[in-house]
Amino acid sequence: MIEMNNVYKKYPNGVVAANGITVDIRQGEFVYVVGPSGAGKSTFIKLMYREEKPTSGDVIINGTNLTKLKNNQVPFLRRQLGVVFQDFKLLPRLTVYENVAFALEVIEEHPKQIRKRVMDVLELVGLKHKVRMLPSELSGGEQQRVSIERSIVNMPKVVIADEPTGNLDPETSWEIMNIFEEINTMGTTIVMATHNREIVNTIRKRVIAIEGGLIVRDVNGGDYGYEG
Amino acid sequence: MLTEVTTVMRGRTIQRHFRESLKSLTRNGWMTFASISAVTVTLLLVGVFAIIMMNLNKVADDIENDVEIRVLIDIIENQDEAKTAENKLQKEIKSLKGVETVVYSSKEDELDLLIKDFGEDLSLFEQSNPLHNVLYVKAANPQETAKIAEKIKKLDNTYDVIYGEGKVEKLFSFLNTSRNVGLVLILGLLFTAIFLISNTIRITIIARRDEIEIMKLVGATNSFVRIPFVLEGAWLGILGSVIPMTFVTIAYYNIHKILAPKLKGELLQLLDISPLIYQVNALILLLGLFIGVWGSFMSVRKFLKI
Repeated sequence: MIEMNNVYKKYPNGVVAANGITVDIRQGEFVYVVGPSGAGKSTFIKLMYREEKPTSGDVIINGTNLTKLKNNQVPFLRRQLGVVFQDFKLLPRLTVYENVAFALEVIEEHPKQIRKRVMDVLELVGLKHKVRMLPSELSGGEQQRVSIERSIVNMPKVVIADEPTGNLDPETSWEIMNIFEEINTMGTTIVMATHNREIVNTIRKRVIAIEGGLIVRDVNGGDYGYEG
Repeated sequence: MLTEVTTVMRGRTIQRHFRESLKSLTRNGWMTFASISAVTVTLLLVGVFAIIMMNLNKVADDIENDVEIRVLIDIIENQDEAKTAENKLQKEIKSLKGVETVVYSSKEDELDLLIKDFGEDLSLFEQSNPLHNVLYVKAANPQETAKIAEKIKKLDNTYDVIYGEGKVEKLFSFLNTSRNVGLVLILGLLFTAIFLISNTIRITIIARRDEIEIMKLVGATNSFVRIPFVLEGAWLGILGSVIPMTFVTIAYYNIHKILAPKLKGELLQLLDISPLIYQVNALILLLGLFIGVWGSFMSVRKFLKI
């Protein structure tokens, strides 16, 4: 599903954020990516949705080699992925419904399909009664639920999340994790970069630890492994 | 398969782009207002300038067409010899490069013209006509009048060659200069307007960078992201041309109504309303569209980075 072979990434400013990463993530897996700040977690995530291009090595998502992917093909790769961020990235002027529908509109989905799919997922995350509200009228947890919904409305095979609970209080974080688990049980692969020790140690999944641009630990059902 | 999908959905997508571009206009209220104002001012000046220049051109053309060379022919007593000489001269002038027409006017015709202009007093000259037979020569390109006149002077049997020496050259050089100055000014204004539009679209792009980022994240194609901005630029240009078109139409209509009767019979004439106002309006609209599309295109290319 997700394959990296000896991936090396050097930024123009000289920082080496990936120093020979090799990893294989299978369809339906749930993977935490942990490690100290500046270790290369974000680069690892960005390489997967082709926000960054590797300096050398291969990144293969769902059979597509991103290293060789042409720029004009990137949109079609992104349609097979869902991406969730710490800061939600919702459009403040659009309602909950519009924010989710937006993801389908811009890939030119049929309006009837859009309506049906948006309402279906809203039901899944339990926000059907708030479709007409603006993001500013929602709590942080609710906003993140909307952004998760947007990421899965296109029925992607992989959801990539970069610190999705980073801005949320502990209780809300658990709610968000429940949604991710539910999505995972439906067969969607989940890759989540996180600093949340408690979550990693409670909901046991595969843990990949990155330090200095290298995978230093890769354990199924492992713990967070860092202090604090 | 992907291309097939896009072809089928093109109609709805175009609708969406139109909707989005219009929405963006109202969302960015003040910025929209500012750039429409900029286009309005520019096109207003362009429109007024175009009308002045086109009228000036007409005056120039009228004067140019009025410029002719009078070739006074030597007086030859022998009728037959005179006829041959005149025919020869006429042929020679006709064969000169750049000559359009040569019209013969006998000294009797000339006197009739004078009598018409200055009254019957002159009719006493009918007894012994002191005038010369004349050839009226017109150049195909009036600006070559002086050159042709010089050539004619060198031919046989020419008594004098008259064409408003000096004055004609001055007029032509004045008209040419004002045409060029006008063009440079209009070009300068155009660049200013394009710059202003591209700045506005840049601000729009910056204001909407979150939206663009999300569009790219969820897999919108590059052209899908670009088109609404280019359309928005087009709207700015079109909306900016509304006031100039209205103003120019009303203003020229009224000026024409007041001035045209007063100028009747004068050499200086205004252009008719009918073709002129449509031409100028079309020019304003097309320029507005061009300014808008080009301006936004430059910003999209520079700031969208796709």
